[in-house]
Amino acid sequence: MKNVEELLAIKERMQYQMGIRNDKNEAGKIVVGMGTVGIAAGAKDVVLAFTENLGKNNIFNIAVIQDGSIGCEKCSPMAEVHMGDAEKVTYVNLTPEKVAKIVAEHIIGGKVVAEYTASAGK
Amino acid sequence: MYRSHILICGGTGCTASGSASVIAALESEIKAHGLENEVKVVRTGCFGLCAVGPIMIVYPEGCFYSAVKAENIPRIVEEHIIKGRPVKELLYKETVTEDAIKSLNQTDFYNKQKRVALRNCGVINPESIDEYIAYNGYQALAKCLNEYTPQQVIDIVKASGLRGRGGAGFPTGLKWSFAAANKADQKYVCCNADEGDPGAFMDRSVLEGDPHAVLEAMAIAGYAIGASQGYIYIRAEYPIAVERLEIAIKQAREYGLLGKNIFGKGFDFDIEIRLGAGAFVCGEETALMTSIEGKRGEPRPRPPFPALKGLFAKPTILNNVETYANIAQIILNGPEWFASVGTEKSKGTKVFALGGKINNTGLVEVPIGTTLRTVIEEIGGGIPKGKKFKAAQTGGPSGGCIPAEYLDLPIDYESLISIGAMMGSGGLIVMDEDNCMVDIAKFFLEFTVDESCGKCTPCRIGTKRLYEMLDKITKGQGTLEDLDEMEKLCNYIKNNSLCGLGQTAPNPVLSTLRHFRNEYIAHVVDKKCPAGVCKDLLTFVIDPEKCKGCTLCARNCPVNAISGSVKQPHTIDTAKCIKCGTCLDNCKFGAISKK
Ligand SMILES: Cc1cc2nc3c(=O)[nH]c(=O)nc-3n(C[C@H](O)[C@H](O)[C@H](O)COP(=O)(O)O)c2cc1C
Ligand code: SF4
Repeated sequence: MKNVEELLAIKERMQYQMGIRNDKNEAGKIVVGMGTVGIAAGAKDVVLAFTENLGKNNIFNIAVIQDGSIGCEKCSPMAEVHMGDAEKVTYVNLTPEKVAKIVAEHIIGGKVVAEYTASAGK
Repeated sequence: MYRSHILICGGTGCTASGSASVIAALESEIKAHGLENEVKVVRTGCFGLCAVGPIMIVYPEGCFYSAVKAENIPRIVEEHIIKGRPVKELLYKETVTEDAIKSLNQTDFYNKQKRVALRNCGVINPESIDEYIAYNGYQALAKCLNEYTPQQVIDIVKASGLRGRGGAGFPTGLKWSFAAANKADQKYVCCNADEGDPGAFMDRSVLEGDPHAVLEAMAIAGYAIGASQGYIYIRAEYPIAVERLEIAIKQAREYGLLGKNIFGKGFDFDIEIRLGAGAFVCGEETALMTSIEGKRGEPRPRPPFPALKGLFAKPTILNNVETYANIAQIILNGPEWFASVGTEKSKGTKVFALGGKINNTGLVEVPIGTTLRTVIEEIGGGIPKGKKFKAAQTGGPSGGCIPAEYLDLPIDYESLISIGAMMGSGGLIVMDEDNCMVDIAKFFLEFTVDESCGKCTPCRIGTKRLYEMLDKITKGQGTLEDLDEMEKLCNYIKNNSLCGLGQTAPNPVLSTLRHFRNEYIAHVVDKKCPAGVCKDLLTFVIDPEKCKGCTLCARNCPVNAISGSVKQPHTIDTAKCIKCGTCLDNCKFGAISKK
């Protein structure tokens, strides 16, 4: 290591991995339904897609949490996005592609992706 | 990218309660479910709450599992890791409320603490330099080399008000400035990780949980005083700490954070480990340096002080592990930040090792000036079985006790000395009504008699005589004159011993004499031990009113001292009785008592 920049580069790279241990998760959380139905419908890929996309964008203060008690036959895989004090937004029938869009537009951009929400289908 | 990190304590305490088998079970279970790429298992250092180990934290939720057993693992993985349902009944009780699960930091044990020296313990993987760097590691060293002159570094440490955590509380910045002022072709930076106080284990925990913090601070000290070589003196009984230090030194060398031309700034610094055999006296600074030189670890007279002639007769500084653990934070956050915590003359935080009669045995770090009541009742969870607090012993064999009337005294270096105790390294042993203070003094004297190196007479012979007098008192053969004699002898040893071991050895006696003289008097005048500890002063009796004649005690007595016929009150032959207490423990009718 020749200089401080190299040290800071390691720090940056590591933060990507360590952010998950941030106890506060102050900015919000994402709860993915992991009931039996959810898992069968691919909820696991959705969880991984959320972590991957958050990490890629250097977002470390939002936790991706699994919850076995939410979800339904028709809507799985599903996830609730809780941002700050805003009311939670429930997204349904997710895929990794949809997740990427949600992270980019809703979490980073602050605009709910209406077409994927639970209320959109009704 | 992992979606979950599972942290398990791999410190000495949790390893002793079985964390290695939990880690093994977790790793194999995760493999069995094909989760290796999603879930990362991290072996950390001590979390502090050793009483309920092994401890395991699951992120991102931050769920806190306590007393985890290998057989719990399949269920935790299946329910929590796969399905996302924390297994509530295995979580630390206090964290489970009706509608939410609290994290570790929200428990009573943690939220009253302030973690500076222990900040990374239980948070990072101590075997990964990258994780240390992620938490600002080595940035303080970079800052010193790039932005400050050695003199400025010393000024910052001085301004912070940091004082040595190894016992005496000497101002760290001042110590560094002495060594910096002495010109020499070679100087040394030493770290005292001998930790000889039988009740203390904070230094071990820092080294097991955050070894790089000590390496970084030693390099900063080297820059400040103009030294290029450091030594860590650590007892061989700390194998986990030694191993992690070795790994840390290797990693730091690979990254060029130890070695030549650090950060391209022309500063060289390297560190070596020296193993001690665990003699208490080798924690004393001159003995420690003699031992590093490869000679028998015996103290030598001062002056010359190590700042002038220390290791290999070169200017040397020696600091304690916990002292070093504060340095990088002081550099990064500024001396004002550090000085804003603590009391007027004692800045920052102090780590205490809670032991004895307390519910939450373990490590706690609190701002200096916190009261004993907060530490014992709020953080420590109070005394088991609803017993009454009697005293707390600080400073181990060199310290004294704090009786109940000082529970609300803010603890700092000065206040402890004013009541005849001392901060010491931070061992805090809690005693309740069942502890005999004469017996406690005798326990510590036995330790110093064993550990005295024998070089000077006041300590070698004096502590032995002192021990004999205490022994006499616990056997009911003491007199009131003995108490005065003892006090005289104590002062003689204090004033005439060569090193700190002898100079402080009488403290446990003086302090118990000061605060618990009545208990001594009960032993010598009434020939009674009020706490019921000193066997020679006890008699076991059976209350004929309560005795149902069940014969249980007579059958269990190892020396057949109890006689009586069935359904008739029994009696104890006091001449035969060896006061083992078996009968008392066994009687279902509470008919037996000791007096
Ligand atoms: C008998 C004896 C044992 C000691 N043991 C230790 C020890 O285990 N660890 C320690 O840091 N200091 C110990 N000390 C204090 C050291 O001599 C020294 O003051 C200290 O390491 C300086 O570091 P500090 O200024 O950072 O506290 C001991 C002193 C005496 C007299
Ligand atoms: S005071 Fe005790 S330990 Fe210290 S040099 Fe003298 S005999 Fe050795």
